[in-house]
Amino acid sequence: MINRILAWLTDRNHWQGSDGILRRLVEHLGYSLTAVLIAALIAIPLGLYIGHTGRGRFLVVNLAGAARAIPSLGLLYLAVLWLGPKLSGDIAFLAPAGLVLVVLAIPPILSGAYAGVEGVDPDARDAATGMGMRGTEVLRHVEFPCALPLIMSGIRSATLQVIATATIAAVVGLGGLGRFLIDGLAVRDTPQTASGAILVAALALAVDMVLALVQRSVVSRGLTGRYAKAPTVETDNYTETGAKPPTPVLQPIA
Amino acid sequence: MKRSRIALAVTAAAAMIGVAACGSGSSDPLAAGSSPVQAGSRTIVVGSANFPESALLAEIYAGALSARGVTVQKKLNIGSRETYIPALKDGSIDLIPEYTGVLDQYFNKSAKATDSNAVYAELKAAVPATMTILNKSAAQDKDAVVVTKGTAAKLGLKSIADLQTYAKDLTLGGPPEWKTRPTGVPGLKKFYNLDFKDFRPLDAGGPLSVQALKNGQVDAVNLFTTDPSIADNGFVILDDPKNLFAAQNVVPLITKSKVTPTISASLNAISAKLDTATLGELVKEVVVDKKDPVVVAKEFLAKNGLG
Repeated sequence: MINRILAWLTDRNHWQGSDGILRRLVEHLGYSLTAVLIAALIAIPLGLYIGHTGRGRFLVVNLAGAARAIPSLGLLYLAVLWLGPKLSGDIAFLAPAGLVLVVLAIPPILSGAYAGVEGVDPDARDAATGMGMRGTEVLRHVEFPCALPLIMSGIRSATLQVIATATIAAVVGLGGLGRFLIDGLAVRDTPQTASGAILVAALALAVDMVLALVQRSVVSRGLTGRYAKAPTVETDNYTETGAKPPTPVLQPIA
Repeated sequence: MKRSRIALAVTAAAAMIGVAACGSGSSDPLAAGSSPVQAGSRTIVVGSANFPESALLAEIYAGALSARGVTVQKKLNIGSRETYIPALKDGSIDLIPEYTGVLDQYFNKSAKATDSNAVYAELKAAVPATMTILNKSAAQDKDAVVVTKGTAAKLGLKSIADLQTYAKDLTLGGPPEWKTRPTGVPGLKKFYNLDFKDFRPLDAGGPLSVQALKNGQVDAVNLFTTDPSIADNGFVILDDPKNLFAAQNVVPLITKSKVTPTISASLNAISAKLDTATLGELVKEVVVDKKDPVVVAKEFLAKNGLG
């Protein structure tokens, strides 16, 4: 079986063409990244607001948590049956699929954002207020950068889930790597199905690694302790050499 | 300390891959045979394909057999033909409602017959040794290439042959298996020389296909001739002058060892009472009126004195 799967993956014909792996990869990435972007645009401001002001925390947080339990495939069918008749053209299937993926991506990003802002060191907030910063300035200059590690981890978690779930777009006739899963199952072409699954996993890991690099470059070094040079060690220039420290000469204030 | 942990992880991963590789060998992990039903030799397992008409026919068969005292187990909505025929071969299911034309083309790669009786005779000869078909019914449900009324008027389409000049700008929709089936995209190319711009895999003549045609996502779609949505939406069935879609009489496909006089009498009686109009009516009750297929089957059997 592994031989057949490898044979399928290495067949050049499977990579090219309108039905090929490359085109499906691009479509899959398109669906996933668009969904994560839209979800981030909704969830990050909302999470920052909730974390900063503490208002609406109970309601929104629990709603987001409950939304994690929504079955994506079921929601997809519902969305297609509801939105489909109202739209025409390709958007009639793209919109429901996009909606489902956005709903999937919002909870992790929202959690990351508000937990990040809530977990900011109170001393840092205090210092910021002490420096004269007002509410939004504190949020922008102190709380957001400090929350960045958790926000990035929320985005990475959301992206991983969305890439894995974007295979359901193929169920409603769209493209993406799910196409190999669905078509392979319909005609019992197991190497095709298995290859599709392997490609989705590989894509998810690859994108996660890219986001890890982004996280490394975006998050402030003050938080991660990542400096280019080794920290300097304080040395006393006199003990080893035996020299005598210069006597301070006190001068009268002129 | 860190090095030995990495070494341990690498060894574990290699061991897992090794076990997986020698464990699977050449077997197909998705094969239906991985969990065969431990049914008694007197039990009949009735299966169906993944569209409403097939499930309804299976319910009718199951209802009639139960009424005659046969123990019946149902396994409905299995999948496409490529999925459930292996299940029939390995004993996971014993009986399934089928259609003569497409089944003939599935077993016989050089199928030629197109009219009802010729197809039935050809099929009877082509069925594998472990299976058999009983009497065919007059009811037919064929694949069809369907377009909207607007498209038909705009392009002047009456038959599939008329699509030839326009096909390269049109999108075709159908079930995923149509991409490779002889009655699907390859068949349309071979019989009518049609090269569509794009093929959109949807579902087997179900709500997705109907919606895709309505919304303009596809220009032509594969629906089944008994589908009530065709009349409901004013769709136009294109004629098939070259008989790509041969006669499709409903026929029970059954494992030979499970045939008993009671079972064949019961199923043949059903086939005698089914015709295309009746089948269309029954499908409409399930798909449009949303009635429970079990109830629809029961009413049909009661009306015809079969259950």
